[in-house]
Amino acid sequence: MKIKNNIAVSDNGFIFNPASGESFSANPVGLEMLNLLRKGKEAEEVIREIETKYQVDSSTLERDLNDFIEMLKQYHLTVIDDE
Amino acid sequence: MTTKLRYERPIIKKLESNMPNKFGMRTEFEPVTHIDNVSVNSLIEDFGSPVFVLSERKIRKTFNQARQAFETRYPRVQFAWSYKTNYLSAVCNVFHQEGSWAEVVSGFEYDKAIKNGVDGSKIIFNGPDKTEEDLRKAITNNSLIHIDHLDELYLLQDIARSTRQRPKVAIRVNMDTGIYPMWDRFGFNYENGQAWDALNKIMFSGQMDLVGLHTHIGTFMLSPNAYAVAASKLANLAQRVQQKYNHEISYIDMGGGFASRNTLKGSYLPGIDTNPHIDDFAEAITSALINSEYRPKTPPLLILETGRALIDEAGYLLGSVIANKRLSDGRRSTILDIGVNLLFTSFWYNHKVTPAQEFTSYTEDTVLYGPLCMNIDVIRESISLPLLNKGDKVVVHHVGAYNMTQWMQFITLRPKVVMIDLDSKPHVIRENESLNSLQDFEKIPQHLANFEL
Amino acid sequence: MLTIAVTGLNAIDSPGPGVAVIRGLKEAKSFDCRIIGLSYESLEPGIYMHDIVDKTYQIPYPSTGTDILMSRLMYIHEKEKLDVVIPNFDAELYSFIKLAPRLKEKGIHSFLPTMEQFEERHKVNLPAFGKKYGIHVPRSTSIYTPNEMLQLEKDYGWPLVVKGKYYDASLAYNFDQAKSYFNKISAKWGFPIIIQEFVHGTEYNVTGLGDGEGNTIAAVPMRKQYITDKGKAWGGISITDKKALTLTTHFLKETKWRGAFELELMKNKDGEYYLLEINPRIPAWIYLAVGVGQNIPEALTRLAMGWKTDAYESYEAGKMFIRYAWDMIVDLHEFEQISTKGEL
Repeated sequence: MKIKNNIAVSDNGFIFNPASGESFSANPVGLEMLNLLRKGKEAEEVIREIETKYQVDSSTLERDLNDFIEMLKQYHLTVIDDE
Repeated sequence: MTTKLRYERPIIKKLESNMPNKFGMRTEFEPVTHIDNVSVNSLIEDFGSPVFVLSERKIRKTFNQARQAFETRYPRVQFAWSYKTNYLSAVCNVFHQEGSWAEVVSGFEYDKAIKNGVDGSKIIFNGPDKTEEDLRKAITNNSLIHIDHLDELYLLQDIARSTRQRPKVAIRVNMDTGIYPMWDRFGFNYENGQAWDALNKIMFSGQMDLVGLHTHIGTFMLSPNAYAVAASKLANLAQRVQQKYNHEISYIDMGGGFASRNTLKGSYLPGIDTNPHIDDFAEAITSALINSEYRPKTPPLLILETGRALIDEAGYLLGSVIANKRLSDGRRSTILDIGVNLLFTSFWYNHKVTPAQEFTSYTEDTVLYGPLCMNIDVIRESISLPLLNKGDKVVVHHVGAYNMTQWMQFITLRPKVVMIDLDSKPHVIRENESLNSLQDFEKIPQHLANFEL
Repeated sequence: MLTIAVTGLNAIDSPGPGVAVIRGLKEAKSFDCRIIGLSYESLEPGIYMHDIVDKTYQIPYPSTGTDILMSRLMYIHEKEKLDVVIPNFDAELYSFIKLAPRLKEKGIHSFLPTMEQFEERHKVNLPAFGKKYGIHVPRSTSIYTPNEMLQLEKDYGWPLVVKGKYYDASLAYNFDQAKSYFNKISAKWGFPIIIQEFVHGTEYNVTGLGDGEGNTIAAVPMRKQYITDKGKAWGGISITDKKALTLTTHFLKETKWRGAFELELMKNKDGEYYLLEINPRIPAWIYLAVGVGQNIPEALTRLAMGWKTDAYESYEAGKMFIRYAWDMIVDLHEFEQISTKGEL
């Protein structure tokens, strides 16, 4: 799973997909996850990084990250394998 | 070591670039963490989840506001607590302590009022289903019997004749008050002369004391003016009785049906802003009575059987998040341990639901489901809520009316009901059901007692 | 210098009046003002018109309830020190009327109809309204089932106007059509459905301002010249129509209307006027009134402030307004600001 590389993300959580013209907003945890994913980090690494910063356990994180990635897919912000 | 940041689950929301439109979502997530100074978390810890909570303070306050609304406008006012709205004895007794009589609609409710210690002469007996045994009891206790149909009127006459007792009666009148739907299934119709006819029958029989006139024009009424129409029509009947028989009707019972602060499904603005206040109803009813032509020596006692508007706001249902789920179209759904079996009123209200802990301003549109394995178990079709996690607590507001009487034992067991007293001390006023308490009602025939699998 | 908050910045094909109101305020001769825009959606064009709107804040939808609206307005007030608020949407009027006394306590003035006036002029109440004030209105009946139309079809004849409680109106030429509108509109706006007799004729509109004591402060009649498929005027002309003005003066005198309004009138072939609807707010074409000499937004602001306000005596007839659409170029950054921060 990779995030499309042309996605613009601002510091306050505003996300713009120049290809589709759609814009989105994310909360701070969502923004952080998105930025880590954009750097090409794997899910395990994302979980590890977030876990060191926030009061949360890894199983909750894993579930939430999966859900978040589902939403990114639904919004066409990820690269589909054969693209 | 650095302290870690508070975690909130991640969300990403599409910014809808719709054309500006006039209708949108409500955000109502101001957390409610305490009820009468008792924390929601401790209530759930001590009494389980879900749990119904009633505020004694709120009941008394609402009642006194209502009493004041009427007493400042009319000299003789009497409230009668509508048992079917909430007949937990603790609740009834708060109202009785405040001076309310009892208004009952079945033999069961009648017996409950007697058992609570209400004097028989202060029980109003309404409804289409009163058995002969019920009526005999009510006559002996001097209760106020509100006749619903002619069969009941004849039965009362027979009992009166055979027992040589004089029943104290009123008739229930239905009428056109300009609202829809018109309730014409209870009582005698005003416009077509049924009501006048019934009054004549009572007066002619000479065996009953015609003491009052009663109406109840509908439920969750949003139009105070309809009550003004109803009050003038009852006053008109009273005046005709006085003219023809020189007999004074001693009370006019306007029933109930005042809207509470809940928001009906399909309404755009929240009920708390738009629904008429008790003062509006009081103004409509009392001015209609005062301006009417009925002028007895003492003004008739004005009886009110308001239920919902007096108890709805005092009731809360606390519960917990069981799970979060994503639906096939990407919508968020949240499953609570509160189902429609407990929250019957979610079929017609958009109940206000708030989290019981602090949140950031990020929200998500959510469907709120109950725990039942039934498709109809939906508490809110769409609500904007902060990012709830499994185990988080929520408060459903304005649930005091009807839920604790119409609830069902279905799939799950009914929870405890707790009342918080004036000193912020919670008391269990109804225990939760258990497998045993339910099994006690059942009997298994001998041949079904055993099986092998 | 007054600070005035204005809603209805959606200058789109079915426009809100906000931008036109602001243009009137900016041209006011008797005061200078700063404009604070209040928006519901991020794409309301007025948000991005920085030459006439100094700053915009998003506010919660009316359906959120007055308490949440009040706290948002207090946040804005703290930053901007509002003197006057002019709400322009039908759907928000209830909340602003309700909040008016609380806002006034905080120093925010408004000049709105009373709650009684607001309720009384509802479509559902129009027959009673006409009777009470001696104003011709088309016959109409509130119904709850399609079958009730069978009687009305005999009384009113075809076509019939099928109207929703708050919005929507369709002209039906036969029972099947009427039934389908009945179902469509009731699904959206609930009951009752209002069935109105159709009056053939020419439609006129009057916008004006009443001082709450029965006096006419302003009144300008207009005839629509071009109507969009959404029924909105895209062009119109100011006219001298004695009867329409007499009717307006009568309406204001009888109802003691407080605030701005728009009357929708229909003149039948015999020259009789029927009142079709009363909009309890400034209409989107208000700039025509400003252009012909009656600056209603200015006068309304003066009344709100409690200042002495003279009635306008005349206006220029035969002036037209022609609406046009205009593409602004907006940086995405601005959209980001209003969408994520709710302020721009």
